[in-house]
Amino acid sequence: MDLHLTPAVASVEERAAVDELLGAPDSGWHGAERDEQTHRVARGGRAARDERHLLLPALHALQAHTGWISEGGLNYVCERLTVPPAEAYGVATFYAMFSVEERPPNVVHVCDDLACELAGAQQLCDRLTAEIGPEGAPSPDGSSTWKTSPCLGMCEQAPVMFAQRAGRDEVALAGASVATFEALVAPASTVTCSGADTAPQTWDPEERTSLRLLKRVGVVDPGSFDDYHAHGGYTALRRAVELGAEDTIREVTDAKLMGRGGAAFPTGVKWKAVAEQPVHPHYFVCNADESEPGTFKDRVVMELDPFAVVEALTIAGFATGAEQGYLYIRGEYPLATRRLEHAIAEARHRGYLGDDVMGAGFGFDIELRRGAGAYICGEETALFNSLEGKRGEPRNKPPFPVQRGLFGKPTGINNVETLLNVLEILSVGGAAYAETGTEGSAGPRLFCLSGQVERPGVYEHEHGVTLRQVIEAAGGMREGKALKAVLLGGAAGGFVGPDRLDVRLTFEDARAGGYTLGSGVVMLFDEDADLTGACLRIARFFRDESCGQCVPCRVGTVRQEEALHRIAQGRPLGSHADELALLEDIAQVMRDASICGLGQTAANAVQSAIASLGVFGRDDTDTLAGDGLPTPTEEQE
Amino acid sequence: MVGLATVFGAGGGTSSYEEVEHTDLMLLWGSNARAAHPIFFHHILKGIHNGMKLIVVDPRRTESAEWGDLWLGIDVGTDIALSNSLAREIIVNDLHDTAFIAHATLGFEEYAASVMGWTLERGEEVTGVPAGVIREVAHAYAKADRAMICWTLGITEHHNAVDNVVSLINLSLLTGHVGTYGSGVNPLRGQNNVQGGGDMGAIPNKLAGFQDIEQDHEARARFEAAWDVPIIPAYGYTLTQMFEAMERGDLTAAYVIGENPASSEADKTHTVKLLEGLDCLIVQDIFMTRTAELADVVFPASNSAFETDGTVTNSERRVQRMRKALDPPGDAKDDIWIIAQLAKRLGRDWGDLTPHQAWEELRTLSPMHAGMSYERLDELGGIQWPCPDETHPGTKFLHARLWADEPAEQGPKAPFSVVVDDPPVDTLTEEFPLRLTTGRRLDSYNTGVQTGGYTSPLRRGETIDMSPEDVQRMGLAEGEVVAVSSRRGAVRAPVHVDRGLRPGLVFMTFHFPDQVDTNVLTIEATDPRSGTAEFKATAVRIDKLPVPAAEGIE
Repeated sequence: MDLHLTPAVASVEERAAVDELLGAPDSGWHGAERDEQTHRVARGGRAARDERHLLLPALHALQAHTGWISEGGLNYVCERLTVPPAEAYGVATFYAMFSVEERPPNVVHVCDDLACELAGAQQLCDRLTAEIGPEGAPSPDGSSTWKTSPCLGMCEQAPVMFAQRAGRDEVALAGASVATFEALVAPASTVTCSGADTAPQTWDPEERTSLRLLKRVGVVDPGSFDDYHAHGGYTALRRAVELGAEDTIREVTDAKLMGRGGAAFPTGVKWKAVAEQPVHPHYFVCNADESEPGTFKDRVVMELDPFAVVEALTIAGFATGAEQGYLYIRGEYPLATRRLEHAIAEARHRGYLGDDVMGAGFGFDIELRRGAGAYICGEETALFNSLEGKRGEPRNKPPFPVQRGLFGKPTGINNVETLLNVLEILSVGGAAYAETGTEGSAGPRLFCLSGQVERPGVYEHEHGVTLRQVIEAAGGMREGKALKAVLLGGAAGGFVGPDRLDVRLTFEDARAGGYTLGSGVVMLFDEDADLTGACLRIARFFRDESCGQCVPCRVGTVRQEEALHRIAQGRPLGSHADELALLEDIAQVMRDASICGLGQTAANAVQSAIASLGVFGRDDTDTLAGDGLPTPTEEQE
Repeated sequence: MVGLATVFGAGGGTSSYEEVEHTDLMLLWGSNARAAHPIFFHHILKGIHNGMKLIVVDPRRTESAEWGDLWLGIDVGTDIALSNSLAREIIVNDLHDTAFIAHATLGFEEYAASVMGWTLERGEEVTGVPAGVIREVAHAYAKADRAMICWTLGITEHHNAVDNVVSLINLSLLTGHVGTYGSGVNPLRGQNNVQGGGDMGAIPNKLAGFQDIEQDHEARARFEAAWDVPIIPAYGYTLTQMFEAMERGDLTAAYVIGENPASSEADKTHTVKLLEGLDCLIVQDIFMTRTAELADVVFPASNSAFETDGTVTNSERRVQRMRKALDPPGDAKDDIWIIAQLAKRLGRDWGDLTPHQAWEELRTLSPMHAGMSYERLDELGGIQWPCPDETHPGTKFLHARLWADEPAEQGPKAPFSVVVDDPPVDTLTEEFPLRLTTGRRLDSYNTGVQTGGYTSPLRRGETIDMSPEDVQRMGLAEGEVVAVSSRRGAVRAPVHVDRGLRPGLVFMTFHFPDQVDTNVLTIEATDPRSGTAEFKATAVRIDKLPVPAAEGIE
C-alpha cells in the first residue's frame, strides 16, 4: 500500500484515543509491538484497505482528545487503517475542524456569517480582540483561542459560538459574548449546549395542531424511546412493513414528495431506482450535513425529535433494500449528534434497528458519522467520499448515486426534512398527502426564519404560502423597521426585494419566477442592513468552501470576491461597468462548467443582489467608497 | 525460462496481462513487482480492484507485499521447502486435480512420494512461516477457480534457480492451474524485451523461436539453408560459463551488446579482472558503461526505444512494433547497421539491411512468428506467440493443449519434477550471521546506467537496509555508515531502517555501484542449467565503524 510513514511516533495518549475507537491493534503491522509473528506473516490487502472509511472518525478521535492531529498521531492512524500518510494528511487538511498544527486546547469558533452579523457578530469579534486577543492568537494563559466561522446553523439564536475543547465535550452556544467565551474555556466549565426551543408555532397549543412535520417538536422527550412511541412513533414503520417495500415506495411516489435539499428530485423515483438495482448491498444515507448559511431546520428536528429521523431512515432502508444506513451529520452540531447517537442506540436496544427490525424479518442498522467542517460535504457525492474517508470532493455524475454511490454501490440519499415527510405520508397515505400543498409542490415545508425578524425559528407551512405570510407568521420585522431585502433559499439562493413578497413559495413558482426555495432560508434584512457587506460575506463563504477540485469554481469564487471588493472600495479595474460584466462572466462560467452545485450556485445571491436590489450599482458604491470597509487583505487576515 | 521450457517445451509466461486482471488468486513469489515491475503491477492492481486475492511470498515485506491480502515471510532460499509443503498439504487433503493429473501429466506418483516428508510442521521449521499459514495458502490456491503463480528474481537468482521454478510449476500441475483462462505460471520480465531476446535466439541453446540447436535437426537445416552456413549443433555458453571459460583461457574475445557485466555480475572484482584479461573486448552500448571503459573497441549504438525501428516481445509474449522517432545523436548507429558493417568486414555483404527485412526472414524460420506481418502487428496492436499463420489471432495463454482430448492435439504431457530442498551456498555462521538479499527499487534500474542520469525524488542512494530490531540491538542509527563484509569482500554503506525486514535479514540494491559496490559481497554460485547467480543469498556481517564516517564512502 506504499505506506511511507515518517519517523514521528504517536504519544500514549494519542494511541489510546485511536484504540478507543478502533480497538487494540491486531499485529505489529498495524500498530502493535513487533513479534515473531510480525516477522513472518502479515494480513492486509482488501481487509485492511476496507477500513479506510474509519479515517474521519479516527481523525476526530485524535482532534477531540489532544486538540490537534500530530504527525505521530497521523502516522499511527495510517498504520492502523493502511492509509498512505500523504493521503491522510490531504484528508486532515481538507476539513476545517481538524488542525495539523498544534494550537491551544480550546478553540472557539465565532460565527460571523449573515444572521450572526445582523445580530452583532462584528462587535463581538471586536470585543474578543480587545479582551482575549486577536483572532487565531492564543489567549494570555495559552489555553484558548478564537476564530471566525461560517454559519454554525443556529441563526435563530444568533450570535453563536462553537467550542472545540481538547479532552472535553464540544459545545455550541447561543447568545455569544465575551462572557460565554470565558465560560466555555474555563477549566471547570460546566457550560452545555444551547438547546433548540424555538419552533415558535409549537408555543401555541391551537396553532400546533396544524403541524405535521413539527408535531412532536417540543412535546416529546427527545431522550426517551418510550415517549416517542407514545406519541405515535414507529407507526409509520409498522405501516411500511404492512405495505411491503414496493408499496411503500408507491405511497411515496403517489405523494409526489420531492427532495427538500434543493434539487427537488421526486423521492419515489429515487427510491425505486435504488430498490431495482441488481447490485448489492444497497446503502441509504441521511444527509444531515446542513451547512447552507441561514439553515437550521434539520438541526431543530434532530435535537427535538431524533427518533423520527431514525424511524424515517429505517423506512427508507427497508423500502430500498438497504441493510446499512448512514447518518452524516455536520460536525458543528454536538447536541443533535449526542441525541441522535442516543436515539440510534435506544432503537437498536429495543429491536427497532439490527438484524431483525421490529421482528419483521428484515435487517437494518444506522451508523452515525460526523462531518468535520466542510460545506461541500452537503453535496451528495462529496458526502460519500467523506464517508469513505476521503477528501470531500464531489464526483462527476453520471454514474448517479442510485447506480454507484457509497462504496460504489447503489445508494439512496435524502436530507432530514425529506425523510421526515415520509412519516407523514405513511400516516395519511400518499394520495391524501399529494392533495396538500399545491399541484406541483405537495405537502408541507420547513422555513428557517432568521435575521431581523420578530420571532426567529423554524416554521412549517404548506407549499403555496406566500413569502409575506411566512414573514407575518413570524411576527414581521423586528422593531417595526422597514424591510430592505429577504435572502431566500440561503447563500446559494438569492435576494428578493420588498416588492416581491407576494411570491408563492412552491417549486413551480420558484422555477417560473427565477428564485429558489433552496433549504427554506428566509433571512430578513431591515432598512439599516449592510447588503454590500452581506454580499461580500457570501462571496467569502464560497471562496472559503470551494473544494478546489474544478477550475471554474476554484478560480471563479476568488475572482468574484476580488471584483466585489474592488467595486465596494470604488476602485474598479477599468470601468464600473467592466467589473459588473466580469462578474456576470464569472457567474456564467461557474454555472455552466462547475462539476457540482456549489460552483453552479456560488454567484446566485450576488447576481440577484445586483440585478434586483441594485447593490453594487453606481450610486450605491459612491457612498461606500469612504465607508471604512476593510481592504481585501485585511478582510482575509 | 529453462524451467518452463523443460516442463512445457516453451520458455515463456503462460498468461496474458488481461488474465492477471481477471484471475481469482495470485501467488506472487519472490517478486517485488511494485518496485521492480511497476507496469505489470498496474495489471495486478486492476486484478485486486476486480476482487483478486493476492498472496505474496517474500523474505521481506515489500511494497508489493503491503498490497497483499497475506504475506509469508519465508527464510531466504527455502522456496522449495515451502512449495513442497504446500504440495503435500494439497495432496493429503485430496485437493489436487486428479483428472488433470491423469490426463495431462507424468510422474505424479514419484512426485507425491517425494513431498510426503514435507509436513506443515517441517515446512514451518525450515521456512519460518507458521504451519497454519502454509495450510491456509495451500487450501486457498488449490480451491481457487482461477489461480496464477508469478515470480521474478527471488526465485531465479539462486544456485538452484531451475529447481525453484520447477517446484512452482509442480504446484500448477498438481491443481490444474495452467492452460486455462486466468490460471498459469508467469515469470515477470525486467525489461520490455527480455522475452524478445529469448524469442530471437539470444540464448545459448536455442535458435530463434525456441528451436533447439542441438536436437531440432529439421530447424537447424532450415537456418543453415537460409543463411548458407553450417551451424554447429552444440549449446553455447551461458554468461556464467563464459566467465569460467575466460578464467580457463578458452574464451579470449567478447562482443558485449547492451550489457554491463563489470557492474552487474556477482563478485565483480573478479569479473573486471577477467574482462581486462581478454585479447579483444568489443562493447556496443548507448552509454559509456564501466564495461565499455574496459573495451578495446566501443560501438556507440542507438537507443532501441525511439531511435530505431523493430519489434519487442513483452512478458505476455506479445510482439509489438517499435518505431523510430529520433535520429541517434552524433556517431551513434543502429544496432543492425553496426552488425551488418561488421559482417561486411568479415566477408558477408548483407547490403542495406532493414529491421523489416530481418523480421521477414525470421518469419520464414520461426514457425511461432510466421503469422506476424508488420501489417498485422499494427492492426492487432501486437500479437502473442505462437501465431503460425496469417489467419491466426495469436495465443492468449499457453498450454491449452494439455487439456485437449485428442492425444495428437495434446502433444507431450507435462512432467512433474522431484525437487529437493537445497539451502543457499553461502551459509550463515557466527562470523557472518546476517542474511543479505538484494533487489531493486522503483526509482532506479539495475546498475543505474540508464537511470542514474535522471533525478528522482524517491532516490536515496545505496543503503544497507536493516530491521528496526537489529539496528537497535547493534546500537546503530539511521544514516550511520557501517562496514558490511562477506566472505568475498567488504563495503561501507549507510544504515536505513526498514520495517519490512526481520532480525537477521538485511537488504541492499545494486543500483549505485559507484557509491557502494554491492556485488563485491555477493557470491558467484550459479545454477548450472540457467546460469543465474545466487544474488539473493549472501552471508554477511555488519560492523559499527569506530568513528562515524561523514563522507567519502568508498
